Amino acid sequence: MKFGIVVNEGPFTHQASDSAYRFAVAAVEKGHRVIRVFFYYDGVNNGNKLSSPQADDRNLVKLWGELAAEHKVDLVVCVTAALRRGIKEEILADGFRISGLGQLIEMSLAADRTLVFGD
Amino acid sequence: MMLHTVNKSPFERNALESCLRLAASGASVLLIEDGVIAALAGTAAGETIAERRGDLKFYVLGPDIAARGLEDKPLVDGIEIVDYDGFVDLVTEHDAVHAWL
Amino acid sequence: MAEDQPVEFDTQGVKKRFMFVNRRAPYGSIYALEILEMVLISAAFEQHAAIVFIDDGVFQLKKGQDTSALGMKNFSPTYRVVEMEKDDANEDDDIDMVWRIIVEKESLEARGLEADDLLVGVEVMAAEELSALMAAQDVVLSG
Repeated sequence: MKFGIVVNEGPFTHQASDSAYRFAVAAVEKGHRVIRVFFYYDGVNNGNKLSSPQADDRNLVKLWGELAAEHKVDLVVCVTAALRRGIKEEILADGFRISGLGQLIEMSLAADRTLVFGD
Repeated sequence: MMLHTVNKSPFERNALESCLRLAASGASVLLIEDGVIAALAGTAAGETIAERRGDLKFYVLGPDIAARGLEDKPLVDGIEIVDYDGFVDLVTEHDAVHAWL
Repeated sequence: MAEDQPVEFDTQGVKKRFMFVNRRAPYGSIYALEILEMVLISAAFEQHAAIVFIDDGVFQLKKGQDTSALGMKNFSPTYRVVEMEKDDANEDDDIDMVWRIIVEKESLEARGLEADDLLVGVEVMAAEELSALMAAQDVVLSG
């Protein structure tokens, strides 16, 4: 099955990004496809390569990038939400790209199931 | 059938209350993140779950129960614990997902 | 470096029923505004949409919002654009696209509001009927 995931919150402050990530990992390990993860609202902060969590804690920004690379997951950060929050190309983490809100709707049309993780 | 997810505690937010007011018969409700607090036996939220146990199926995400140190507490009757694999299966078994934030 | 190539999906001919769920008041958080932007973008995709206001979400449609003392943008007039989009979609026989703007009756009444308090025409729908509508959706986007 093809899943599309929307992440409404940034890393660490809320559990949304963790929950979405754990779901995505479980899904691909079961042989499903996560076709896109769309980061909206504060979720755009998941694409900030400057995020430096403590060494003994999970690095969500990197984890998302690794998932994208290993399982061909398209990580999209919404351009309007990103601009508001100062997320620009120059600080975008590996595996992420910035694009328009239409990519969320398109994802929902292409996916068999769309999930939202937020606050 | 719809899979409803509730991720906030019933003591913090009215998401569970609104979900249970609007979830149609035959749907499933999965409690995740702080929403797992509603699964604890003996709370007022447990009563709202009990009211709809006849026509909704209730699930709770085990990893979130464990994280909050709640594995040693009884849960409301009839709620099934699932892990992330189970979460994925629930999504595939239902037609769509409604996240109550 | 992130790939510049956009990832394309084949969504030709796909028609789904979208529900946009608004449960929060405006201005206390950005969810109301950003979900509105999502609704407007979705118009170009010619899908069915139920834009639903529940709980404190009903306040997003309250008439007479004056944000001048807050220095925040009053975005409530944009709901009239949504209303126009809805009317255009529903009147256009050439496109299969039905939009509805729905407010939950119980949420409205619990907050001492009536349809007349709202700045656009809405369907005031009781929970039971809204429940059935929700159950029929293909994609639910919550803010």
